[in-house]
Amino acid sequence: MPVEIDIAHVARLARLDLSDDELEGYKNQLGLILEHAARVQSLDAEPQVENAHPLGLFNIFRDDVVLPSLDRDEVMASAPETADGYFVVPPVMEGE
Amino acid sequence: MPGVAEAGRRLRDGDTTAVRLLEGALERAARYEAQVHAFLTIDREWALETAGRADADLADGIDRGPLHGIPIALKDNMCTRGIETTAASQILAGYRPPYDATVVARLGEGGAVVVGKTNLDEFAMGSSTENSAYGPTYNPWDTTRVAGGSSGGSAAAVAIGSAVAALGSDTGGSIRQPASLCGVVGMKPTYGTVSRYGLIAFASSLDQIGPLTRTVEDSALTLEAIWGHDPLDGTSFSGRYPDPKSGLSRGVAGLRVGVVKELAGDGYEPAVETAIGEMVSRLESAGVEIVEVSLPSFEIALSAYYLIAPAECSANLARFDGIRYGHRGQGATTEALMARSRAEGFGPEVTRRILLGTYALSAGYYDAFYGQAQRVRAAIQEDFARAYQQVDVLVSPTSPTVAFEAGARTADPLAMYLSDICTIPSNLAGHPAMSLPVGLDDQGLPVGFQVMAPPLGEEVMYQVAAEVERLAGFDLSPGLQEVAS
Repeated sequence: MPVEIDIAHVARLARLDLSDDELEGYKNQLGLILEHAARVQSLDAEPQVENAHPLGLFNIFRDDVVLPSLDRDEVMASAPETADGYFVVPPVMEGE
Repeated sequence: MPGVAEAGRRLRDGDTTAVRLLEGALERAARYEAQVHAFLTIDREWALETAGRADADLADGIDRGPLHGIPIALKDNMCTRGIETTAASQILAGYRPPYDATVVARLGEGGAVVVGKTNLDEFAMGSSTENSAYGPTYNPWDTTRVAGGSSGGSAAAVAIGSAVAALGSDTGGSIRQPASLCGVVGMKPTYGTVSRYGLIAFASSLDQIGPLTRTVEDSALTLEAIWGHDPLDGTSFSGRYPDPKSGLSRGVAGLRVGVVKELAGDGYEPAVETAIGEMVSRLESAGVEIVEVSLPSFEIALSAYYLIAPAECSANLARFDGIRYGHRGQGATTEALMARSRAEGFGPEVTRRILLGTYALSAGYYDAFYGQAQRVRAAIQEDFARAYQQVDVLVSPTSPTVAFEAGARTADPLAMYLSDICTIPSNLAGHPAMSLPVGLDDQGLPVGFQVMAPPLGEEVMYQVAAEVERLAGFDLSPGLQEVAS
């Protein structure tokens, strides 16, 4: 079953700035992989997936107690650009 | 290089010290790294300091348990505070985590000595460790071949003795398949029993950390040191845990072992099928009842996996955006900067899986792909449950082939994905499974035997594995001669 892929749209959703050549290559590979993956559609039964956890755990909460946080300077040290304890980014909106 | 149990005995008898064990491991690493490339980072000072402390503690009568003083390697997707952790990706080059993963903290409490951080496929996505941004790991038995993956560095390090044991992570077979290809024991525990806190996430509903070791007993000892409830992991199990060691010397008489019909035939190398078949016959002679079982959903498990795992990966890897940590590209806006950082930082396989997962989750395709894959997952759990009404454990090859030539599958993603056809069902179901070596093919390459068990069935799994190990009498040393020559 051939699969329809708007690869530029998918790359935009995934926030990946790829060239046209790269997009074309990935589109072809995804087509082949998805043809194989489409075999999941051969399953007739439709059991409901309540919970994929093999031990049936869900909605686990820890006790609401205050614990020490990570050291702020140590965390900020990994950032490419910071100022006064903030992460620095270019404008969020396009234009002036 | 001795195993965990043996090294521990020598240490307590005063025949060796933690520093000497570490020096032995480092010496082997120095000798073999150029050909094998198992490690991304070795921090000698950190390791020597920990080993020195382990010796001082023992001298003071403080014994922290079976891993005390034992040199252990960690897959480089587990966070180590202040020590570079890259997940073999350019996007995390130079990253020094501000905290330790829970397994790292547990190893520390247990007195273990971390030798270094091992190579992997970028973000654990791959089956050959060729997707590492820092170059492949090669198989110690034949350095023109792959070590398997994604925990290829951990498997190779244990095989050559540059660590006595190692930790890996297994999302679709990433501990068991490289263990199989490198001739060591690799184990994936029941989902929820080893904390994922501080494991760089690939597919959260499938990822599980586990040990790679030289022996089955070492595997049980290492598992016991790392597992247990952790409030920092919301999927962590807080009930009663099995006792994996208790089965080791019990024998197998009276157990029922299922041979999976679907994990044989086309695509399986004859040497692999022969080695597995011979071991099944020997188990039968040892008093096991052999039952052929059919789990039809296994035929489409691989297809379901390559929708579910990429879908979860596309969400988990959204955090790599060039803002809080990692590689930053240029961009006039925040969005452009993120898209450029990601395109520059991720390698081709990771990019492919992010695109695949984004597609499978996108409007219009969600139910046909992701939704249907989740139904297949439920069908696999039901097939397993039905099989375990008849048998105690299931067995199969770990991988359809022995170690393949480096470069042979890099151009064909689907051919690479097929390496994991036997291991994926246990991840989709969340069940424990392990691989152990049972022999060599005619080229002298190891063949791995997989034992699968129901959730929290580690006790019976180790019981069968211990017998398989005894029957196989596998010798890990020929691999070393190959590298040395």
